[in-house]
Amino acid sequence: MPGAAMLRFSFQQLLKFILLLFAVSIVVFVLVSASPVDPIQANVGQTAYINMSEAKRAQLAEYWGTNTPLIERYLNWFGAVLHGDLGTSLRYNAPVAQVIGQRFATSAILLALAWTISGIIGFCLGIAAAVCKDHWPDRCIKAYCFLLASTPTFWLALIFLTVFSVLLGWFPLGFSQPIGLAAGQVSIFDTIHHAVLPALTLSIIGVANIALHTREKTIDVLQSDYVRLARSRGEGTASIIRRHGLRNIALPAVTLQLAAISEIIGGSVLVEQVFSYPGLGQAAVTAGLGSDVALLAAIALFSAALVFVGNLAANLLYGLVDPRIRRTRLKGRRFGRSPRKIEDSADGA
Amino acid sequence: MVPKRRATAGMLNSKTLFNGHRAAGDYDTGMNILHQPLINNTGNRLRTLVTLTITSIILISIVIAGIYLYGTAMHTDFAAKSLGPSLTNPFGSDWMGRNMLIRTVAGLATSILVGLLAATVSAAIAFILGATAALGGKKADAAITWLIDLMLGVPHIVLLILISFAIGRGFWGITIGVALTHWPSLARVIRAEILQCQESNFVACARQLGRRPLQIARDHMLPYVFPQLLVGLILLFPHAILHEAALTFLGFGLSPEQPSIGIILSESMGHLSAGMWWLALFPGLALILVVLLFDRAGSLLRRLIDPYRSQE
Repeated sequence: MPGAAMLRFSFQQLLKFILLLFAVSIVVFVLVSASPVDPIQANVGQTAYINMSEAKRAQLAEYWGTNTPLIERYLNWFGAVLHGDLGTSLRYNAPVAQVIGQRFATSAILLALAWTISGIIGFCLGIAAAVCKDHWPDRCIKAYCFLLASTPTFWLALIFLTVFSVLLGWFPLGFSQPIGLAAGQVSIFDTIHHAVLPALTLSIIGVANIALHTREKTIDVLQSDYVRLARSRGEGTASIIRRHGLRNIALPAVTLQLAAISEIIGGSVLVEQVFSYPGLGQAAVTAGLGSDVALLAAIALFSAALVFVGNLAANLLYGLVDPRIRRTRLKGRRFGRSPRKIEDSADGA
Repeated sequence: MVPKRRATAGMLNSKTLFNGHRAAGDYDTGMNILHQPLINNTGNRLRTLVTLTITSIILISIVIAGIYLYGTAMHTDFAAKSLGPSLTNPFGSDWMGRNMLIRTVAGLATSILVGLLAATVSAAIAFILGATAALGGKKADAAITWLIDLMLGVPHIVLLILISFAIGRGFWGITIGVALTHWPSLARVIRAEILQCQESNFVACARQLGRRPLQIARDHMLPYVFPQLLVGLILLFPHAILHEAALTFLGFGLSPEQPSIGIILSESMGHLSAGMWWLALFPGLALILVVLLFDRAGSLLRRLIDPYRSQE
């Protein structure tokens, strides 16, 4: 990529990113402000609220800014965020940035495991299905994917918890570490042992998407002219997949998987709740149920940023690998149907 | 037909790259896997129609039975508490002696009704925004495309938590939340369909023959887009129902007095470690069954009204 175009592209993406976060922050703020939940009542509790003096209530209202107009509150909050101050979490009684940091560190293991496992298994299943197209392995894999697409994540988590933790006792019942140990005593084995079952649940749900798309892509590749040529040269299926297939199939799969980060984060909210896993998803639920406005807003922004980075990585990777897309993008024709036509005709459709 | 389907196959991988339009019925939220037909070998339209009718009858009976049993679902019988599944009581009973089969059916009916309301509103939003994007000029298109990207940029559950937090919990909170978040994928499809229709030869021909834009919209575009909208609406149901259950499960949705699968499953959490596995297993399976039925109904209907797929 020439330097100037690269610079322009980075600048565009940066601008897009800022605009997105800005828009998300406004939406989040308006939604949070529209809430019928009274932050004072929600946070001091019913009994304390009733017994509280009028002056104390006014003081708390002042503290939480319930009487300040929406725009002013937004500007205050936004200004603070620009200075790196995300506010204080009411539920965890700590700076929001610190809570998110800790929680994300716990979630990251889970998300990374689930993301990798679902990607690899889905990819292999997709290729296997395509190679055996219309035979029983293909039918089984397809049926499995369709069934999974209809399965509620949290229900699968419950079933896994019942079977593997309650009945078989292979895995702990929840949390990210053994109970009653100091931070220094927790080994890496403990951490992984606690993350396996939630990660497995997440990956099993995540497999469906990538498997079905890899299957389609592999079928396309197997029907292409160059595969026909390879077959006529006498190459076997395994060799064709390895030498001609993987290169064409793997990168779309990685891109798809990068773009699926949003799904995995969404799923992690549910799974963490079932397994009492103290990650970002559980924090989102706690914040939402407990009217922890600052934390909820920050989690929404943070997850939007993660999704954006995933999509951006997918975009860059695609351009990096497929010169046809890079060229059209540099010409400034990112929109419309032109890149697609190029790809379609190149596929020999 | 063949090139059209081929085009859809790999393109989802690059969904973030292109805003170019997609082939019919191709939703790209990453959840689109629900929407492909399960079987490809039924060529008989009559058989398709019969299957569709049976599927619809099952779904409608669940709703009617659920509404009828709504009161009974709350009935507690402490003499029969914590019973495992048996022939007379196939789903077992919970720690308050409530019949789980009745609770499940009532819960499914609630879910279907929430889904019906939310999906219909969502489809209406999708149609209005999709049509505006396609017909309203460049600025409207850019604005709506950006709005769609914005909606898809925040994880769905997080967005639902935010909206439910804003509106308040309960029936309306969850219905509005689900309605407001499920339109982007369908709006993209509608936009693409209208753009495709606009470029088609028959519309160009009508234009040359002097038909007015409104006449073209009524006579050519509406019949072209309506089937897609209808199928899209039905295929929104599974997502709507699953999200309703998920959100209720987390505690943002329906209140504990209302029978719903989300409540049943979240209440079962406290009793699973006591070995009452039936509290979670059967209601969940029933939910999956309903989702599959809706998905089946959607793909059957598409096969009936979409000429490109009628041969499948």
